[in-house]
Amino acid sequence: MPSDNILLEVKHLKKFFPVRKGVLRRVVAQVKAVDDVDMYIKEGETLGLVGESGCGKTTAGRTILRLIEPTGGEILFRSKKLAAAGEEYRIVNIATASRRALKALRRDMQIIFQDPYSSLNPRMTVGSIVGEPLLVHGISRGSEREDRVRELLGAVGLKPDHMKRYPHEFSGGQRQRIGIARALALDPQLIVADEPVSALDVSIQAQVLNLLEDLQGEFGLTYLFIAHDLSVVRHISDRVAVMYLGKIVELVETEQLFTNPRHPYTEALMSAVPVPDPDYKVERILLEGDVPSPVNPPSGCYFHPRCRYAKEICSQELPLYRDLGGEHFVTCHFADALRLQPVRTG
Amino acid sequence: MPLIEVRDLKTYFYTEDGVVRAVDGVDFTIEPEKTLGIVGESGCGKSVTALSIMGLVQSPPGKIEGGEILYHRDGKVTDLTTLNPKGREMRSIRGNEIAMIFQEPMTSLNPVYTIGNQIMEAIILHQQLRKKKAHAKAIEMLRAVGIPLPEQRVDEYPHQLSGGMRQRAMIAMALSCNPSLLIADEPTTALDVTIQAQVLELMNALRQEFKAAIQFITHNLGVIARMADDVVVMYLGRIVEGASVEEVFHNPKHPYTQGLMNSIPSLASRKERLVPIKGVVPDPFEVPAGCGFEPRCPHAMEICKTQIPPLKDVTPGHQAACWLYS
Repeated sequence: MPSDNILLEVKHLKKFFPVRKGVLRRVVAQVKAVDDVDMYIKEGETLGLVGESGCGKTTAGRTILRLIEPTGGEILFRSKKLAAAGEEYRIVNIATASRRALKALRRDMQIIFQDPYSSLNPRMTVGSIVGEPLLVHGISRGSEREDRVRELLGAVGLKPDHMKRYPHEFSGGQRQRIGIARALALDPQLIVADEPVSALDVSIQAQVLNLLEDLQGEFGLTYLFIAHDLSVVRHISDRVAVMYLGKIVELVETEQLFTNPRHPYTEALMSAVPVPDPDYKVERILLEGDVPSPVNPPSGCYFHPRCRYAKEICSQELPLYRDLGGEHFVTCHFADALRLQPVRTG
Repeated sequence: MPLIEVRDLKTYFYTEDGVVRAVDGVDFTIEPEKTLGIVGESGCGKSVTALSIMGLVQSPPGKIEGGEILYHRDGKVTDLTTLNPKGREMRSIRGNEIAMIFQEPMTSLNPVYTIGNQIMEAIILHQQLRKKKAHAKAIEMLRAVGIPLPEQRVDEYPHQLSGGMRQRAMIAMALSCNPSLLIADEPTTALDVTIQAQVLELMNALRQEFKAAIQFITHNLGVIARMADDVVVMYLGRIVEGASVEEVFHNPKHPYTQGLMNSIPSLASRKERLVPIKGVVPDPFEVPAGCGFEPRCPHAMEICKTQIPPLKDVTPGHQAACWLYS
C-alpha cells in the first residue's frame, strides 16, 4: 500500500455479469460493469465516485462490500475489529474472506442506500430497524440495546420517541436519517453512501449532507460517496474518482479535478452541469450520442467514439491507468499534452 | 401582448382525507417566444399549474375552483378555464396550439405504437394531412430534433430508443403542430447530465426556430438559470417570488428563494458549509393559516402567522410575497 493511513485498497477489481440466451441459457456475452478498477481510500476521508447511469459506480460500491461477488481482483481492508491481540490492525482481503470473517467485517463496513422508501422495512418500527444490526451481531439486547438506539437516533437528529413509529410516518429526509442511524449502529470504519441525497428535495438535501459531514467528524468515519451530481460530489469529497463504462478515467484531489481536469470525459461532464447562475458562461462541450453498451465496449479507449481529441491510437490501444504525479490518476493517452477547460470559479 | 395570463388560479383536489389546495391563487404571464421558468420543490403545485392550463386536471378529485387562464391569439382572448376540457375547442388547442412534454418519456409514449405513428396522430388530427404527408412530416420533425437516421427511427418502438432519444421524440411530437406554447414539465430530470445538456441545447435552438414560448417546470435551479428568461418560485401552491432570471439569482428577495440558493452546493464555488432551510414542507392538509413558509422562515414575524402576504412589486418588475417588504 502506498502509505499506512489507507483504509481500503482496491486492486484490479472486476465484476462481470453474464448475458444468457436461448433454451440452454448459454453465456453469450459479459456485461463488464466494473472493469479493472484500482483505487484506495484513506482513513477519515471522503472519496467521491461519480459517473452517469450505467457506468458501474453502484456495482463498484456493492462489490467492495461484497454484497455482490467480485469476478476478480483484490479488496484489501485494514480492519481494527479483526486484529489479533497485540496487533493494531489486520489487513484482510474482502474478495476472498470466509463467511465468518465476512460477517465480522460487516461491522466495519456499512451502506446507506439511495431510496429511503424501499430500503426500510415498512413492517418494522424504527427502533427495531436501527437496533437490528446490534441483535444480528450479538452486541447488545434488551434495555441496553434500546439505550443504544436512542443514542443513535439522537446522533442523526431524530427524537427518542420516534423508536415506536413506523417508516411511513416519516418524510423522505427523516427516513434517510433512519437509514444513516442503522448504518452507524455497529460503529463502522467505512460507510458506502450510494446516492444518499439524490431522492431528496434540495432544501432537505442540504440537511442530510451537513449531517453526514458532522457524523464523519464525530465518529471518524471514512466515506465512499457515490453520486451522479457533480456539485454535491464537489461539496462533500476530499478526492474524486470519475467512472466511465466500468473504468476509472480520472481520480484526484477534489480541487485539482475541478481546476485542472486531465481527462476529456471529466471536462465534458463538468461543462454539461447546469450551474445556478445565469451569468455563468463556459464553452459547453456537447458529447455526441449515448454511453455505449458495456456488453460490447468500443475498442481501445472506451471513450474515444465521443472524444473530441481522439487520435488514431485511441481506437486501437487501451490507455493505462497511471499516476501523472501527485496522486493524479488518469486513463488517457494524451493526459500530459491536453489543455482542458476547468470549471470557472468565482 | 402576453400569450397566457393566469389570474388567481385555484386548483383544489377533494380527497377522502380533506381538501388539498394544490394551486391556491397563482398569477403569472407568459410572453410570446419567451421562456418562463417555474421552480419549486415536490408538492409545491408547479405541475398542477401546468395541467390546469392544459385542461388535464383529473376531475374528480381535482377541480379548478377559481381564477382565469386567458389565452391570447389572433386578437381574441379565450379563458381556458371556461372551456369544457373534453370539448371541441379545448381539443383543438391542446396538443396543437399548446403542447406539453413530460418528465418520463417512457411512460408518456405508448409502447405499442411506433414513434412515427404517435407523431402522425397529432399531425393528422390537427393539420388534416394525409397519411403519407404526415409520415414525411414526422420524419422531418425527427430530423429537426437531431435523431440520427430518422427514416429508420420513425418506424421503431419507444423501447428501441435510449432515454435521451425518447425525450427528443417527445419534443418532436409536441412541436409537430407548431404550438405557440410548449409546456415542459421536468423534461430532463430523468436524464444523465451529458444527455440533459444535449436536450437543453436542442430546446433553446428549437425555441428560436419554431418561435414558441416555453413554460419550463423544474426543481433544478441550474437548469432554470440556463433556460429561463423570467422565473417564478412556488411554495405550497402559491407564488412567493417572480422576476427576471438575473434578479431571482443575483438578488433574491423572498426568504424561501434565499434559502434555496444557500442550500444547494454549486459546481462553481466551494461553500464550506451548506445552510439548509430548517424543517420540512408542511403537510398539505395542515397548511399554516398565514404565510406558508412562516414555520421555516428565519425572519418570521407575528403578522406572518395570521395573514397571507400578497404578491407585489418590491422593485419594478420584481415581485415577492413577503411581509418583510411592506
